[in-house]
Amino acid sequence: MQALHFDIAHMIDALVLMMGFGLLYQRRLRSVLRTFAFQATALAAAAAWQAYIQEAPHLYATAAIALFFKAIAVPMALNWLVQRLGIHRAVETALGVGPSMMIGVVLVALSILLVLPVTENATALTRESLALAMSVVLLGLLMMITRRNAVTQVVGFMALENGLILAAVGAKGMPLVVEISIAFSVLVAMILFGIFFFRIRERFDSLDLHYLEFYRGERQ
Amino acid sequence: MTVIVALGAFLPLAVLAIVGGAMAAVHRVVYAGCFLAAAALALSGLFFFGGPAAPQTLVLPFGLPWLQAHFRLDALAAFFLIIVNLSAAAASLYGVAYGAHLPEPRRVTPLFPLFLGGMNAVLVADDAFIFLVAWEFMSLSSWLLVLSEHRSAESRHAAFVYLVMAVFGTFCLLPAFGLLAGAGGGYAFDAMRASELGPVAATLVVLLALMGAGSKAGVVPLHAWLPLAHPAAPSHVSALMSGVMTKVAIYGLVRVLFDLHGEVAWWWGAVMMVVGGVTAVLGVLYALMQYDLKRLLAYSTVENVGIVVIGLGLAIAFKDEGEAALAALALVAALYHALNHSLFKSLLFLGAGAVLTATGERRLDRLGGLLHRMPTTGTAFLVGAAAISALPPLNGFVSEWLIFQSLFRGPALAHWTMKFGVPVVGAMLALAAALAAACFVRAFGIAFLGRPRSQVASGAAEVEGAMLAAMVALAVLCIGLGVVPVTVTGAIAAVAEPLTGVRLPTAVGLGWPWLSPVSSIRGSYSATVVTLSGLALIALTAFAVRRFGTRALRRAPAWDCGHREDIPNAQYSADSFAQPLRRVFGTTVFAAREQVVMPPPGDIEPARFTLHMRDPVWDGLYAPLARVVGRLADLVNRLQFLTVRRYLLMMFGTLVALLLMVAARQ
Repeated sequence: MQALHFDIAHMIDALVLMMGFGLLYQRRLRSVLRTFAFQATALAAAAAWQAYIQEAPHLYATAAIALFFKAIAVPMALNWLVQRLGIHRAVETALGVGPSMMIGVVLVALSILLVLPVTENATALTRESLALAMSVVLLGLLMMITRRNAVTQVVGFMALENGLILAAVGAKGMPLVVEISIAFSVLVAMILFGIFFFRIRERFDSLDLHYLEFYRGERQ
Repeated sequence: MTVIVALGAFLPLAVLAIVGGAMAAVHRVVYAGCFLAAAALALSGLFFFGGPAAPQTLVLPFGLPWLQAHFRLDALAAFFLIIVNLSAAAASLYGVAYGAHLPEPRRVTPLFPLFLGGMNAVLVADDAFIFLVAWEFMSLSSWLLVLSEHRSAESRHAAFVYLVMAVFGTFCLLPAFGLLAGAGGGYAFDAMRASELGPVAATLVVLLALMGAGSKAGVVPLHAWLPLAHPAAPSHVSALMSGVMTKVAIYGLVRVLFDLHGEVAWWWGAVMMVVGGVTAVLGVLYALMQYDLKRLLAYSTVENVGIVVIGLGLAIAFKDEGEAALAALALVAALYHALNHSLFKSLLFLGAGAVLTATGERRLDRLGGLLHRMPTTGTAFLVGAAAISALPPLNGFVSEWLIFQSLFRGPALAHWTMKFGVPVVGAMLALAAALAAACFVRAFGIAFLGRPRSQVASGAAEVEGAMLAAMVALAVLCIGLGVVPVTVTGAIAAVAEPLTGVRLPTAVGLGWPWLSPVSSIRGSYSATVVTLSGLALIALTAFAVRRFGTRALRRAPAWDCGHREDIPNAQYSADSFAQPLRRVFGTTVFAAREQVVMPPPGDIEPARFTLHMRDPVWDGLYAPLARVVGRLADLVNRLQFLTVRRYLLMMFGTLVALLLMVAARQ
């Protein structure tokens, strides 16, 4: 019974990781957002499953937050913003899809190589989930770097944060998971809008920045 | 502890100067208060030598919460209290009158007591925290004083260089104390004395202390800020910076090397002697080339710091090789010279300030003939110049003689490098002493003798009484410390005793007033006898001239040295006096090139003489360093204008690199 619990937990975690790779190879914004919604759903499932096998009811709250905010509200809001602001719908890559996938594979290998020896004393469940969660974090970071568009960067950041939540729910007896997830959600919302408006202004009002450079005496 | 009370008096004085700065009388009151506080501190230093010589300690409940503030007055601190506060009292007295002559007195008066307080606090500090805070306090307040004439670009440049070097100095002292404290973190000096240092730490501490305190003292090649900053400050502050602050740095060096560290290897003594010798020679060569009176004095400070460092190095070498008596001799000589230099350098700077007040000029080429217009200033300056040139019976002679006496005992050292090296350093010291005499003949001769070289010099008048009193008091001290050397060395021997373990016998074989520290055969000197016999000879000659000379009165035109009354430019100038020495030394050291352009016959253009000199230390060390720093700053500056994505990329790269490191270590 225990083994089955582990296998199912790992399967859901792997699903989250797979969605992380999925985010890297999407070429349209709308499908990026949809993939992200899937990843968040998988995360919610992982949290719920952990709540069940650890018999920790507060993790159900985490699952609900993930499902409601990340899988539904945020993608919808982003979709709305993309339409409303008339942003170019194609994903603009700084590094092609192929190479970034390859780097992603290397990162997953790295995190497995790193986490498994470090956590020899921990339970098997924690070890593998930690390796998977860390891969998700690194993939999110990779996405933030290799994609130019503001929306994709925000999605990358939220994918990174998904990895953190995944690590938190996987560790048995981790306190404050609910609080952490709420805090992160607020943070994400703040960064989402912050980056968004910053990037929008940078893109469309580039003249302003030039004025700023003249003003600061960096250009004559 | 009276010292702490007097120390605390400086703060309200500064507040008073800030609050009441609009009224001229307040400035006088503040300087008078500084005078009283400094005099009290000097007296408490003196009383320490009179009373039982046990160190007094005091712990006050401020500072770091787990450390508190430790203060301690031992013989070394008391001696340096005297050094600092004799000059500080004179400078304060001088400031009573001089402060009003400054263009912006409100920029100077509030900082003056703070500067004094900072220097005194360094001396009585007994833990690294208070020491460094006081040290920085001293640096920053003097930095602001240098900046007081902030309208001239030269002052701003000087202040900037000073600030950079002050930061560098503290940056070196901080880890030195950290190493002394060890892993246990005993930042009180008592704990540092007790702790043992490893071989690497012992070496590093000496190096860092030499660089940290040496940069404040002006040891070549860390002297670059000194001749810029010292002249830029108002003259009574210059006197303190040059005469006293360098001594506080020497105090720091002695405290770390002889007291806290305790077991410095002999070869560090050799290093210090070489550095000191180079400092002395280069400093005086620089001084000889200067046209600006105050800058000349500042470079001469570099020279004298070199002499003190030679003495300290020799003491370290002797101490490590077990020659405790000779170590005590060298240390006493170095400390004596520090005391002397503080007196005559303060005197000379105050004299330069008087000249500046009377004429508004610092350039030697625009002075001349001031002795007739400012007789008291001129005489006091002459005493200072004679003392710094080490002429008997003045104090400068005694200390340099003592340093030579200890150098002559160099062959007593076991290592052959020292046996051969010590005479070389002795030769450098001799060269420096001779050049210093030439330098001050030039400074006094051009500024005070001859005929006025400018309108302002011919219109000069004697300065106010308070300024004269300060200078005369210092001149009297210079004579006094020279005439009774045995009494002084006896007191300094009490300072050196706990640091070297031996009390220096000041008169071996001969009694008072003969100073014969080694043996009566190897060398002995009695300034008292020299003075008395000199005075007797003078009286005898005067009597003989009056008694046996012709009574017939004869009037004849005075010999005018071959130049006409109405052309003062035909006199020796500062430049022409320095030319022979510049040709001998300057061609190699400063790459001096002279260029004479003679117009062809019939052309009415004047002939032109141009002199090009380069500063080897600045060109060889500071300029390349500044270029490298500038280039690095440009590189780093690019990081400021990256896109968000690139910043993320850097973060990502760092993270992955760290993870790889962790993975690789398993």
